[in-house]
Amino acid sequence: MTAMTDQQKAGFRLSQLIYDTRYRSMTIQAVALILFMLGIAWLLSNAAQNLAALGKPLSFGFLFEPSGYDINQQLIEYDSQSSHGRAAIVGLLNTMLVALMGCITATVIGVVIGVLRLSHNWIVARLMTVYIEGFRNVPVLLWIVLFMAVFIESLPQPRDFRGDDATASMVLSDSVAFTNRGFYIPRPEWHSGSMVVVIVFLLSLAGIWFFGRWARKRQDATGEILPTFWIKLAIFVIPSVLAFFVMGQPITLEYPALKGFNFTGGIYMRNSLIALWLALSLYTAAFIAEAVRSGIQSVSHGQTEAAFALGVRPGRTMQLVILPQALRVIIPPLISQYLNLTKNSSLAIAVGYMDVTGTLGGITLNQTGREMESLLLLMACYLTISLSVSAVMNWYNNAIKLKER
Amino acid sequence: MADLSYVRTQMVPQQDPPITETGAIKWARENLFSGVTNSVLTLLALYFLYQVLHEVIPWLFFSTWNANSLAECREIAEGGCWAVIRERWPQLVFGFYPSEYYWRPVLTFVLMLVALAPVLFNGLPRRMVWFSALFPFLAFWLLWGGSLWLPVAVIAGFALAAMSVIYLPALTGTLLATIVAFIAPVLWWLFLAAPVASILQAILPLAIEPIESAKFGGFMLSVTIGITGISLSLPIGILLALGRQSNLIAVKAICVGFIEFIRGVPLITLLFVASTLLNYFLPPGTTFDIILRVMIMVTLFSSAYMAEVIRGGLSALPKGQYEAADALGLDYWKSMRLIIMPQALKITIPSIVSLFIGLFKDTTLVSIIGLLDPIGLSNAIRADQDWNGIVWELYGFIALMFWIFCFSMSRYSMYLERKLQTGHR
Amino acid sequence: MKKSALIGALTLTGLAAGMASAGTVDDVKAKGFLQCGVTTGLVGFAAPDANGNWEGFDVGFCRAVAAAVLGDPQAVKFTPTTGKTRFTALASGEIDLLARNTTWTFSRDVDLKFTFVGVNYYDGQGFMVPKELGVSSAKELDGATVCIQTGTTTELNLADYFRANNMNYEPVPIETNAEAQQQYLAGACDVYTTDASGLAATRATFENPSAHILLPEIISKEPLGPLVRHGDDQWADIARWTLNALITAEELGVTKANLEEMAKGTNNPEINRLLGTEGDLGGMLGLGKDWAKNAIAAGGNYGEIFNSNIGEATTIALARGLNAQWKDGGLIYSPPFR
Repeated sequence: MTAMTDQQKAGFRLSQLIYDTRYRSMTIQAVALILFMLGIAWLLSNAAQNLAALGKPLSFGFLFEPSGYDINQQLIEYDSQSSHGRAAIVGLLNTMLVALMGCITATVIGVVIGVLRLSHNWIVARLMTVYIEGFRNVPVLLWIVLFMAVFIESLPQPRDFRGDDATASMVLSDSVAFTNRGFYIPRPEWHSGSMVVVIVFLLSLAGIWFFGRWARKRQDATGEILPTFWIKLAIFVIPSVLAFFVMGQPITLEYPALKGFNFTGGIYMRNSLIALWLALSLYTAAFIAEAVRSGIQSVSHGQTEAAFALGVRPGRTMQLVILPQALRVIIPPLISQYLNLTKNSSLAIAVGYMDVTGTLGGITLNQTGREMESLLLLMACYLTISLSVSAVMNWYNNAIKLKER
Repeated sequence: MADLSYVRTQMVPQQDPPITETGAIKWARENLFSGVTNSVLTLLALYFLYQVLHEVIPWLFFSTWNANSLAECREIAEGGCWAVIRERWPQLVFGFYPSEYYWRPVLTFVLMLVALAPVLFNGLPRRMVWFSALFPFLAFWLLWGGSLWLPVAVIAGFALAAMSVIYLPALTGTLLATIVAFIAPVLWWLFLAAPVASILQAILPLAIEPIESAKFGGFMLSVTIGITGISLSLPIGILLALGRQSNLIAVKAICVGFIEFIRGVPLITLLFVASTLLNYFLPPGTTFDIILRVMIMVTLFSSAYMAEVIRGGLSALPKGQYEAADALGLDYWKSMRLIIMPQALKITIPSIVSLFIGLFKDTTLVSIIGLLDPIGLSNAIRADQDWNGIVWELYGFIALMFWIFCFSMSRYSMYLERKLQTGHR
Repeated sequence: MKKSALIGALTLTGLAAGMASAGTVDDVKAKGFLQCGVTTGLVGFAAPDANGNWEGFDVGFCRAVAAAVLGDPQAVKFTPTTGKTRFTALASGEIDLLARNTTWTFSRDVDLKFTFVGVNYYDGQGFMVPKELGVSSAKELDGATVCIQTGTTTELNLADYFRANNMNYEPVPIETNAEAQQQYLAGACDVYTTDASGLAATRATFENPSAHILLPEIISKEPLGPLVRHGDDQWADIARWTLNALITAEELGVTKANLEEMAKGTNNPEINRLLGTEGDLGGMLGLGKDWAKNAIAAGGNYGEIFNSNIGEATTIALARGLNAQWKDGGLIYSPPFR
């Protein structure tokens, strides 16, 4: 230090880096950065050394080699000759499918349960409390394996549907089969002319939207309320049904039928998908219900009273006054629940649902022995999904915030 | 005529209220059948309850505790077969921990409650906090066994750091003292702690039977991982939260990057890293056993969430508290240590409890990488010839245990929330 | 105890001074025990009993190696590994030896850089179906739902087999044998496929084993064997020749019962060389003269280990078949001790 004092005239001493608040933050940051870089470099050099010792340099070439294994649920074309990369995409799509289905049902169930929990009906409110506390306080993994076990143990196997002394039968006039391998439901088949029906259907959707806008404008102008729900329903149903019959019923249903070992035809929803979907939605719904309840309770009681004083009925009060205001409180926890659900969907491997953890992080990792590359890619997938979901939801959150001002 | 009156002159005897306005009927009318929708809902709920109880009650009622295999159960009783729980519950609770040492985890658990007492109750002597600080080392020693000198040697490292902070500044100045406080314990742990511990052990043997972590299992494993994760993540989480709030851009970027990365990936991928990848990032030839690797990853995982919880606490404090601390001329660390953190931590305790509940539930994921937590053990038990095919009883028991634990903690955190409210609003 | 304390200290402080790896055998001797990777539980091959002691065919081999190196068959610690973690555990040095009915394949040997020290069980992938299904050949399985254990070569074999025979199937991937069993018994899949030995072991645990049949087709070659890391030839030699010693012992009629007597010296020079009364084969491996004797004393010769864990006298009741000595028409064949 004594040597430094000689440079006092230069106006800057090295000790200022520590004792002068103007420079201190720079010093701290530089030190932190250097330490951080050193730490990362240490980890990376270790990894490089270890991988070199094993003779497995980092390489993503395996993604383009044939995978050699089959995947049961594929949303895009895939067979055992396709590449590992394609298997990863198949898995990623499966992840997104179950996450999307889960988010939708969890929201619906969660809102219903959350509203019912505040119901004046004693028994219903108690039941909902039991539901919420029951689902929230048991690990989701346990729910997933439990639902799977329920399906496997309690539903009939396809064999039971066969023969004269069949112990099980299909429901809804032989169109739907519930088996312990999954549910088989009819699949629509598109024949020539079905495009017209689809176009009419899309047009009627657009019609509903325009009608809604027009009705709202009219209500603002004249104060008259149209029975919008019924009119919208009519627009929704009538043109499509008319087009359907005019075109000579171009859409038919393919029914599942027992053939060989399994049902064939129709849409096959595997038990793993259903168990995962139900468990994730019911579990997440319990959290969403709590968020909805606290959102509703955050709206001051005066709002309800004011609405009642204006003669608005309880149902409409909830729909027009309470929920729109509660939404601002509900959205942020809802975002994190969606993210949790998406991340929890990685527990799919516990029931053999081939999501991206099951393909890329499971079989591909095993068969190629490329742990580093597979896990890096896997994390990148989830990180991308998480960041984009939160980006979209935050954008929506900001959008409804702006409206309120 | 005089007694003719248009006004009642005598009191009518008091009548009972109409039957529909009293007791159970009134209550039912108001709470169950107050309208068409409500009545329908009530009937639906009653039907649902009937269906569930109709199935469950006979199953519970006609169950048996006395059998040695599932086949035997099926012969004795129509309903549940709880015999599997009777036979296996020590395993479900303690895993493969040697039965003669069950007192060690039990004692650890009791001591943990004692260590938590300063947080749970007011009005205990302040010195209890010292016990809480020592508890992690004691717990480590009790659970894993081995020489007592090892945790002592580790504590000595912390003592070294504390001494350099307290006594060195007088000799060398604050800066050097701080640097020494960081470097001296690290050097001590790296090069001296282990030899010193073995020398002390040779002089004065103070050891209990060591138990390797491969023997840990069941609920004990879940609790150990959960508690380790949450308690180690507290200091890391505080640092991350402060880093995220700080004005130093580089520090902030590092902290935000870490937090968002960990929060963006599922825990299971981090556990895969623990089971297959972590060794690659350590110097060649180093290995940890899998449970320690899992604890490391779980700690990293929960510290990211902890940081967010504490950040919530920090931003809930009124700005005046920060300004007051600055006005008193306290430097950054002093103001954090003396003014901000005590308040912020206090209001975050309920959130920390919720975080712990979540983490505790998430410890079941370790069964996927082959550790024998309750779910992992349930698979092992079902692989046993005697219990092949048992499902509900095992899952039901595990679910019930988790439920009791988590539910009571969530109630407790609600109670704390009410207790700790100090009118900042 | 000191060692565990030391290891504890290392882990606690998170330091990780690279323990100089002089060679696995020296590490094992210094540690005083062998760290052996096994399955998380497959009846007959490796499973912990109620007291947490490991037993089984693969476990028997681990104990033999421990006895050869350290003279004590109990000086083994077992690490249960899943299909996913087994190779990393070996590659990272967490375990010294992997004996987890692992198939010897080209890519595992060459690409993953492991040395298979031999074959201790010749297996093949088979199918099990309920009898009432009325299936008698794997060729009739078109459209079936098949339960497979993931993380093994079975998935790949299965895909190849069905593709080669132009059949469709619905794979149900499952992590553990217990779950596969549950799904199979409940009829959530028609067929359960894994190594024929595993199928037999699983069927043996069923309430009514005769209601299920193993189909005659064996669709793959599964030579199962213990393996070590590439690059430590001394250690690989020790593991390889311990296995060979067990096999040769059976061939020469050396059993656990007559071991002591034979070790006094016989007029068969190969027995003498094996048991260390003639020459110093153990010294060439860097072990004691009585290494093979210790290995055999641990659980008997190859045939004895086989019979006591998975042989016909056990509930698993596997016939020797391909795993008989070459003299008896099997494939079990050891190079000479010379």
